[in-house]
Amino acid sequence: MTEVVRLTNVHKWFGDNHVLKGIDLSVSRGEIIAIIGRSGSGKSTALRCMDHLEIIDEGEIMVCGHTFGAGMRSKDLKRLRLDVGIVFQSYNLFPHLTVEQNITLAPRSVRKMPLSQAQDVARRVLTQVGLLDKLLFYPEQLSGGQQQRVAIARSLAMDPKLMLFDEVTSALDPQLTAEVLRVIETLASEGMTMVLVTHEMAFAMRLAHRIIFMHQGRVHESGPPDILRNPGTPELRDFVSNGL
Amino acid sequence: MNPDQILYLLQGAWGTVLLSVLTFLFAGLLGLCMALMRVSDNRLLRYGASGYIQIIQGTPLLVIMGLCFYGPSVLGLGDTPALFAAVLALTIHSAAFLGEIWRGCIESVPRSQWEAAECLGLNRLQRMFKVILPQAIRIATPSTVGFMVQIVKNTSFASLVIGFAELSYNAKILNNSTFKPFLYFGVAAMLYFIICYPLSWLSLRLERRLTLAGS
Repeated sequence: MTEVVRLTNVHKWFGDNHVLKGIDLSVSRGEIIAIIGRSGSGKSTALRCMDHLEIIDEGEIMVCGHTFGAGMRSKDLKRLRLDVGIVFQSYNLFPHLTVEQNITLAPRSVRKMPLSQAQDVARRVLTQVGLLDKLLFYPEQLSGGQQQRVAIARSLAMDPKLMLFDEVTSALDPQLTAEVLRVIETLASEGMTMVLVTHEMAFAMRLAHRIIFMHQGRVHESGPPDILRNPGTPELRDFVSNGL
Repeated sequence: MNPDQILYLLQGAWGTVLLSVLTFLFAGLLGLCMALMRVSDNRLLRYGASGYIQIIQGTPLLVIMGLCFYGPSVLGLGDTPALFAAVLALTIHSAAFLGEIWRGCIESVPRSQWEAAECLGLNRLQRMFKVILPQAIRIATPSTVGFMVQIVKNTSFASLVIGFAELSYNAKILNNSTFKPFLYFGVAAMLYFIICYPLSWLSLRLERRLTLAGS
């Protein structure tokens, strides 16, 4: 299987705080990885490093064939960003643009797509997330769940090879969470390679091929979803019993 | 007050409006450059802009007026037309303040908006002009309109140093020949109010709309 992501001995400090203490991790094409762990365990930081939003201090990262360490040339960074889609907890839609404009902005400015073609793309990805009727709405007119689905659609419009999800349902109530998770499940069924940082244990267990449990800046335990039922370490057992 | 005198004051008011509009145009451009330099990645640009802003904010407008009016002839560059000197001085002064107001507005757009735009592959200029500035402009509108009132009033400095025929200057001329300061300066004050009040009103309204939209 082709490797899409590989982290080799990745270290990251925030000042004196050693957040990532040598992470090794590999993701194959079509694989779905759920990263779980307590707040402060470094799971979001690890995810953000994969999109070069955080610059690592040591080690090496390969994502979709782009290899980088501490530094990266801006030309390579742009290519990396074209291959990777990321969705955040706080949606981060552009409030001054309609749903359609939010989605067509990057295809038009980055891929230099003509307007009509970009609008076709917008309609396609909005259909994928079930929000075609919201094309001309502004973000503030949508519910949190709908905004998050638009954010996913916005990423999909760039045809990413890898999707990263950073606690995308943490700001949503259970019902809205369910509608966002359904969209992610559809993506999964289409074979999208995904890395999710999540607190939704049941969802992780159902969808992920592999679970990564992070603890104090390290990959503490990893394996098939079964490890959530039969944890191999006391830390994961502790985490799971608190989490469910 | 005879019709000629009223006309003379109105001509002065027109001078004030002209100075204000020209100043706002040029100070707006220079101020935008300053604001963008202040948030730039380039340290040289950042230091340049903040040096300019600190020096100008610490210099009285009257002094800047003097330098702009007398400076060129002292340096042997010939006489400076009054309108040019006044607009130049007001522009230099106002750009420092507008630059600082707008920098604050740019920085008040959440960091996560930069990040989202960055992750979509937009380069720095695209991020600034397509994502950040449109949002910053909304935030900046009330305070900018409020500052326009300041500019209108500041144009009166041009009467002191440069002798440009704006409202205060013409009121002073009338007073010098008639010795009725209350009458002429009173009418001038009214005319200033007529120019400024719509701006203040607009600024307040915009601010209220922004607070409502933000809540």
